[in-house]
Amino acid sequence: MTRLSRGTRPMFTSKMAAECQRVDRSSHSMDKSITLPADEIFRNLENAKRFAIDIGGSLTKLAYYSTVQHKVAKVRSFDHTAKETEGEPLYEISMQEEVTARLHFIKFENAYIETCLDFIKDHLVNTETKVIKATGGGAHKFKDLIEKKLKLRVDKEDEMTCLIKGCNFVLRNIPHEAFVYVKHADSEFRFQNTHPDIFPYLLINIGSGVSIVKVESEDKFERVGGSSIGGGTFWGLGALLTKTKRFDELLQLASKGQHTSVDMLVKDIYGGSYGSLGLTGDLIASSFGKSATADNEFSKEDMAKSLLHMISNDIGQLACLYARLHNLTRVYFGGFFIRGHPVTMHTITYSINFFTKGEVQALFLRHEGYLGTIGAFLKGAEEDTPPMLPHSLGTTALSHPRFDPNQYSWGENYAGSSGLMSVSPDLNPMQRTRSGTFDMLEMDRLERQLVNLPLLQDPSSYIPDTVDLSEDALAREYWLYCFEEALDGVVKRAVASQPDLPEAAERAEKFRHKYRHKLQTLRQQPFAYGSLTVRSLLDTREHCLNEFNFPDPYSKIKQRENDIALKYFQKAIKSLEELSWEQRQFALVRGLLAGNVFDWGAKAVSDVLESDPEFGFEQAKRQLEERPWLVDAYDQWLERLKGPPHKCALFFVDNSGIDIILGVFPFIRELLCRGTEVVLASNSSPALNDVTNSELQILTQRIAAMDLVIQSAVKEDRLTLVQSGSSSPCLDLSRLDKELAGVVRERHTDLVVIEGMGRAIHTNYYAMLSCESLKMAVIKNSWLADRLGGKLFSVVFKYEVPPSHKTTTQDHVPGTPS
Amino acid sequence: MEQLNGHQGENESLDTEDEDEAVQPPLKQSRSKNDICNNFRVDSCGKTEATSTTTGGGSVIDERRTSNSTCRQRLDSLRKNRPPFPWFGMDIGGTLVKLVYFEPKDITAEEEQEEVENLKSIRRYLTSNTAYGKTGIRDVHLELKDLTLCGRTGNLHFIRFPTQDLPAFLQMARNKHFSSLHTTLCATGGGAYKFESDFRQMADLQLLKLDELDCLISGVLYIDSAVSSPSECYYYENPTDPEHCVQKPFTLENPYPLLLVNIGSGVSILAVYSKNNYKRVTGTSLGGGTFLGLCCLLTGCSSFEEALQMASQGESTRVDKLVRDIYGGDYERFGLPGWAVASSFGNMMCKEKRESISKEDLARATLVSITNNIGSITRMVALNENIERVVFVGNFLRVNTLSMKLLSYAMDYWSHGQLKALFLRHEGYFGAVGALLELLNPS
Repeated sequence: MTRLSRGTRPMFTSKMAAECQRVDRSSHSMDKSITLPADEIFRNLENAKRFAIDIGGSLTKLAYYSTVQHKVAKVRSFDHTAKETEGEPLYEISMQEEVTARLHFIKFENAYIETCLDFIKDHLVNTETKVIKATGGGAHKFKDLIEKKLKLRVDKEDEMTCLIKGCNFVLRNIPHEAFVYVKHADSEFRFQNTHPDIFPYLLINIGSGVSIVKVESEDKFERVGGSSIGGGTFWGLGALLTKTKRFDELLQLASKGQHTSVDMLVKDIYGGSYGSLGLTGDLIASSFGKSATADNEFSKEDMAKSLLHMISNDIGQLACLYARLHNLTRVYFGGFFIRGHPVTMHTITYSINFFTKGEVQALFLRHEGYLGTIGAFLKGAEEDTPPMLPHSLGTTALSHPRFDPNQYSWGENYAGSSGLMSVSPDLNPMQRTRSGTFDMLEMDRLERQLVNLPLLQDPSSYIPDTVDLSEDALAREYWLYCFEEALDGVVKRAVASQPDLPEAAERAEKFRHKYRHKLQTLRQQPFAYGSLTVRSLLDTREHCLNEFNFPDPYSKIKQRENDIALKYFQKAIKSLEELSWEQRQFALVRGLLAGNVFDWGAKAVSDVLESDPEFGFEQAKRQLEERPWLVDAYDQWLERLKGPPHKCALFFVDNSGIDIILGVFPFIRELLCRGTEVVLASNSSPALNDVTNSELQILTQRIAAMDLVIQSAVKEDRLTLVQSGSSSPCLDLSRLDKELAGVVRERHTDLVVIEGMGRAIHTNYYAMLSCESLKMAVIKNSWLADRLGGKLFSVVFKYEVPPSHKTTTQDHVPGTPS
Repeated sequence: MEQLNGHQGENESLDTEDEDEAVQPPLKQSRSKNDICNNFRVDSCGKTEATSTTTGGGSVIDERRTSNSTCRQRLDSLRKNRPPFPWFGMDIGGTLVKLVYFEPKDITAEEEQEEVENLKSIRRYLTSNTAYGKTGIRDVHLELKDLTLCGRTGNLHFIRFPTQDLPAFLQMARNKHFSSLHTTLCATGGGAYKFESDFRQMADLQLLKLDELDCLISGVLYIDSAVSSPSECYYYENPTDPEHCVQKPFTLENPYPLLLVNIGSGVSILAVYSKNNYKRVTGTSLGGGTFLGLCCLLTGCSSFEEALQMASQGESTRVDKLVRDIYGGDYERFGLPGWAVASSFGNMMCKEKRESISKEDLARATLVSITNNIGSITRMVALNENIERVVFVGNFLRVNTLSMKLLSYAMDYWSHGQLKALFLRHEGYFGAVGALLELLNPS
């Protein structure tokens, strides 16, 4: 959340905010004195292209498409046709500028519209844009102002159409978009898995009235009903009853009231419950029923509470009736009545539970406030001819006659997005009015379309993350501390990765500041970006690094390690070949695990590696836990190997250097020899010291040059390299490159190997696949080892066979999880 | 608030295996100790009845079982298989007490002689007045003349008074020595449970508590069948055309399946498939009590009549935000007409508009909101239950043509003519009638 300073008075405390606000409401001229921290709010405005605006009753939401230029690390193989020269690295790293597409969404109070429009006008360089798509009730009110200021034609779009479009977009592109609200739980927000098929669903939009929309597909939706008793009724009637003008204040009143003094309850009529109908005494029989008979005065709080219950229950009841009529179980709620208000989310949730007896859950959306503007933006994008796209990614974009954002996958940029703000009812009420705060959402266009791994047993119940830190306070505490502790080292490495750029140190400090701020935010609001997980903490760090042009801080380290490891490759293969079959199988697994010790991402390892660069492969093997391992299914795996070869193995690789070259390659070489095809999946872009797809291409080439098995496998297309579509040290099997999914299907993949702590422990530890799987990792974090009942360098070797396969391989009992 | 099953362990009947018993509201088992045995009616067969019923009125059995056969009874009633006079049915709701009283007109000289003084005085008091105390009212226009009930002919009177005046009623019953008449007072509605001990302690009266929905349905079915002219059931013809909207009689034969919407303080919606087969589908707390409660707060009025009077003079469109207020006309994309209410009280979000409206406007808007909301929920329930016939009853509709026309309109318009809203002349008294029937023909 970025706070604007007004004039010379910065708003540091909520109390001051409250005062400023009061001043502002009385004098409109104050608004003009706002100075916007330009680069922090309307970012990348100079390249902004397609605008859309959604003006609601109190908030304005602006959207634009822009491009971001940032550095990327590219690797390029040297020409190694000649005899290898001693000391020469096998590839070169170069920093290049790349342009990527980004969607910007900004939300602010209507009072700032004029200031914001002025700012946009001053910074808008691009002149091609002629139209701004507009939606929302306030769109017509500000039409002239927008046209005058921006010299853009205001093109109005239907509100509901925009809402649905926006809703489809966020549900499809933002994992953990939807959540269930649980008032008294440790974490109030229970984020939902993104169901692979988002349709059909019911959207209940509670604005001044209520609209109930059934959405069946991208283009097919229908307003099936509605009600006039909505947010406007709460506000209007509430204002009349309590003489309280503001919606937020009314909610605040309601949260302090007791409805039982105003409402007639079942027990007021029956003296107790109405047992034969299962109506308990505390149920409301007649809203405001007591105010009809009693002569006493009612407090504002009590009346507001009664009104809130009346309206929430009524909407909940109608929602249930419509859900039942249309046989729908996914019901999303939105509109200003709901928008981030815990009080209304709670009453609506309660009502839905009551009327459906728990069969339907009330779902809310993290970016609910942005739906209209996202939809309006998409509408504009669909109609436009393709924009002048930067050449670096023009190929994909131009192949479509129209630029349709729905043809791409998008990802929430954690560095540029504000995240869900804290809605704890205990907070100062004035803080909740968000006055002077600009909320932002940024979404990066991903270069590849992301889909489910076809081998997931049940995509709809797949949860990548092993531990939900938003619900596990102890784990959250530890990991937040851990990431904060590691920050110094990350900053140092970032600077070191760009020795030729003198301003790197300054940028690195900015990164430090940004990421530390994110960590602090997450400490307060663990739910800000969906469920907090080790994965999201890692991803946020990557996003922040990219934000400040540190695309690959480990590039040089990776390069060095790859060089060193390659030199040992042939020797390693030779010593393996000298072993008996059974000894070799064990040595391969042990080698893979030892290789996995080399992980700069883990603090324990980076300490050792930095202090003792000679820490070698052999030493790593000695560090490994002796069998039986913490999780040990090696015997079952060995038994399986005695059986027929797998058709095709998909291997998600982890680190570069020793891990990939001396661990993974010998292992897959053995698989290849057995007649199993191998698909190596590596990250599309850098994350820590993980080997990227482009690095792996070079490495494979080099290994093929010195090993005939690999060479022929590459030649015969039995060894394939694919991108995972990810740039995370963890792995989300529900968001993988579409091409990867295609290859997996074509090759009839029947074995999935997942390696490393990030991919096999922090994520996917409990992932159920429809084929055999191996999950291997060395626990390089003593806290985590402790949690799993092991110690540092404990080994997890999990071999699982799906239930349906057990009939054919009944002797091979899968490893049991710890 | 959480949903409990209403199982009140400590009050559970100890002497019955009947499951229905267990979920009944608490029964006071202590009365036989406290009460001096005097006023219990003995079952018409002259012995205590212990057969079970399946109507859910489990408490009925219990009452009868504890009746004491030593009580005196009049020979006439025993012979004719009917209870002794006076015949009352009572429905004690959240806001109003509804009382039906059968006045026998075929009293023989012998009976006249036999009739005890107290009974005579009660009969005279009830039938010669139309108002009782400050708040009791007899709805003379609803009186059913020459009705034959249990072989007796007489007039059925319909009386109501506010539930908060129940103590005064009990005081009167005490003063008039009502308890000496040895009658059983059949009562339904929540108040039958809530005030049971007050009846006993203040007026020495024993209530026979009856389930309100059972009573409601039997009352509706009885009145509809027993009354021929003017027709009990009616509807509004041309509800979408105010000029030609007229009340028309409707014959409610073969009424099933039927949606029965009872609008009292709150609202209950029942799906009725036959006389004995019905379920409460749902209900809403936005009912008559909400209308009156909000009106009292918003306008300072103090009675339902006053609130309705104000509503009839107001204009809700000044208070409500209409579709055309937002879209300038119809919202064609979704087929919403410009005149439809988009947000009830929506204009009241704005300070200037709050200052420009009258109390009458507010009363009207309240009435329209509550009525339309009931219509809307009813329509959805009808769709879900696949029922096309809807009967609205309850005292919210008393002298409330405005709401009835609105409901007729809403049912017709939003269902494209599929649904028909029906009304009954004795709108709020069916529970009380059902209670009376239970006295005469215990199920």
